[in-house]
Amino acid sequence: MAWFQKAKKSLSPKERSQVPDGLWIKCENCGEIIFRRELQKNHSVCQKCRFHFRIGSREYIELLIDEGSFREFNADLKSVDPLKFKDTKRYTERIQKAVKATGINDAIRTGVGLMNGRKIILGVMDFAFFGGSVGSVVGEKITQAAKRAKEGEYPFILVCASGGMRMQEGMFSLMQMAKTSCALADYSEKNLPFITLLTHPTTGGTTASFAMLGDIIVAEPGALIGFAGPRVIKQTIGQDLPPGFQRAEFLLQRGFIDFIEDRSKMKETLSKVLSNLCD
Amino acid sequence: MNERFALDFEKPIIELEKKIEEMKIISGSSEIELEDDIARLEKKADKLKKDIYSSLTRWQRAQVARHPDRPYSLDYINRIMTDFVELHGDRAFADDPAIIAGLGKIEDRPVVLVAHQKGRGTKDKLYRNFGMPNPEGYRKANRLMQLAARFGRPIVSLIDTPGAYPGLGAEERGQAEAIAVNLMTMAKLPVPFIAFVIGEGGSGGALAIGIADRIFMFENSIYSVISPEGCASILYRDAAQAPKAAEAMKITAGDLHKLGLVDEVIEEPLGGAHRDPDAAAEAVKMTLIAALDELKNKPLDSLIPERQEKYFRIGQWEQVKT
Ligand SMILES: [Zn+2]
Repeated sequence: MAWFQKAKKSLSPKERSQVPDGLWIKCENCGEIIFRRELQKNHSVCQKCRFHFRIGSREYIELLIDEGSFREFNADLKSVDPLKFKDTKRYTERIQKAVKATGINDAIRTGVGLMNGRKIILGVMDFAFFGGSVGSVVGEKITQAAKRAKEGEYPFILVCASGGMRMQEGMFSLMQMAKTSCALADYSEKNLPFITLLTHPTTGGTTASFAMLGDIIVAEPGALIGFAGPRVIKQTIGQDLPPGFQRAEFLLQRGFIDFIEDRSKMKETLSKVLSNLCD
Repeated sequence: MNERFALDFEKPIIELEKKIEEMKIISGSSEIELEDDIARLEKKADKLKKDIYSSLTRWQRAQVARHPDRPYSLDYINRIMTDFVELHGDRAFADDPAIIAGLGKIEDRPVVLVAHQKGRGTKDKLYRNFGMPNPEGYRKANRLMQLAARFGRPIVSLIDTPGAYPGLGAEERGQAEAIAVNLMTMAKLPVPFIAFVIGEGGSGGALAIGIADRIFMFENSIYSVISPEGCASILYRDAAQAPKAAEAMKITAGDLHKLGLVDEVIEEPLGGAHRDPDAAAEAVKMTLIAALDELKNKPLDSLIPERQEKYFRIGQWEQVKT
């Protein structure tokens, strides 16, 4: 199988370090000073308080997929500018900048790979690219991934990290909610599991479409998950939000996610879920 | 004549109409012959309406779409439906007055209706939560969609909302989940689904009852991924820049038709739907009847795939070297 032999590209330092540069890092949550190499070894999780630092799409693929087995799809799709959108800068300039900064062409990577030897379709959104916002490319890549998962009868896991729809593509973006839902509706007819993994943050139209459509919905500890952003809600109700509001633990308590799992155990737990459902 | 709410650019029209009314009163109560003058002024008013309404900016259209006198869903339901029976509640938490759902007929064609409902007047506005649904509203709509599927009734959806409500309770009860589930349901509904944007299409809160085989928009209605104010407050850090955001996002019926995202733009009475609600309702009715009849005999094995294909095609991108 040709795709198996494709060697994993080595990571550029930029891609790797969503953790701030420097030898030592202070935990955003507990203030613990952590040796940077140590943090990276622990999947960017603070060993003292279990705070999950944000990681990029490539790191998430490494976390879940057996080494060397990932083959990416549609990496060559890139946003165009259907509305000729311009605010203080042109949309095309912003895209160019995001491509340069992240080394990916849009806010998601999709592909096929092995998870503990089981072939799965995996999509991982990348918050570093335009806040993980969903435009035509992200919508198309998720749709393609769902179609491939259906055709090959593979489980489909989608890791979400997104501020919502990308307003620079206007209604093209909003309609990606409809498009991806149509693809997932097709996929669900096959009795194959669609698992969404919600990481910090997952909000807006992303949550109100594919993120909440998982047969199984998993979240990372502390992840902000919601429809409206906290700022908008605060404006609407004119008061501060209760502590912990819209965090993964809150959603678990309210019954909207299946479980919360620590990043270090994610691969094992997801593998268990798949073996329980599919074997 | 009662004082009416007037948008800035409507004021010359209102002034002229007032003058015509006055002249009619004088003409009716005296010997003075004013008919020629009245006819001339009426002609002038028509031309003025045409001129003003054909050159509205996108932001001005948004204001027409949100005009406080604009007909809301119930104004249409009362005019175009017979035997209408409203159904309430999501069977889990509450009834949401921001969404109307029910059974009825349009010229003897039985349909299931789901619609956003805005309020008129302070009390009613609060009762309808300004047309911003909570999760239970979307779940009520879902319940009726499932009912429509079981009884083989086509679904008509009237869209008119600033958006899904961004409140504490809405989040707590799963606003996102409620919308997402509706999207998935509509993708596979085994009955024709016709959506008509009568006013404001506010983002996911509108789409949650809007995955359809045919999507119509009134010419002064808007549909956008985020409100112009919301977009402006993010991009320019100033909600007052909404007119600029409205231009950039291309939110009018005409824009979206050009971009291939809606099927047809339906003309409104001269000067907007609020100037002649009866004529506006007639336009809605005729449009719905034509679509219902067109889709009536479509076999399911083409209805559902064609609906999905339409959405699969949406999006623009390029392929680059990696
Ligand atoms: Zn810590």
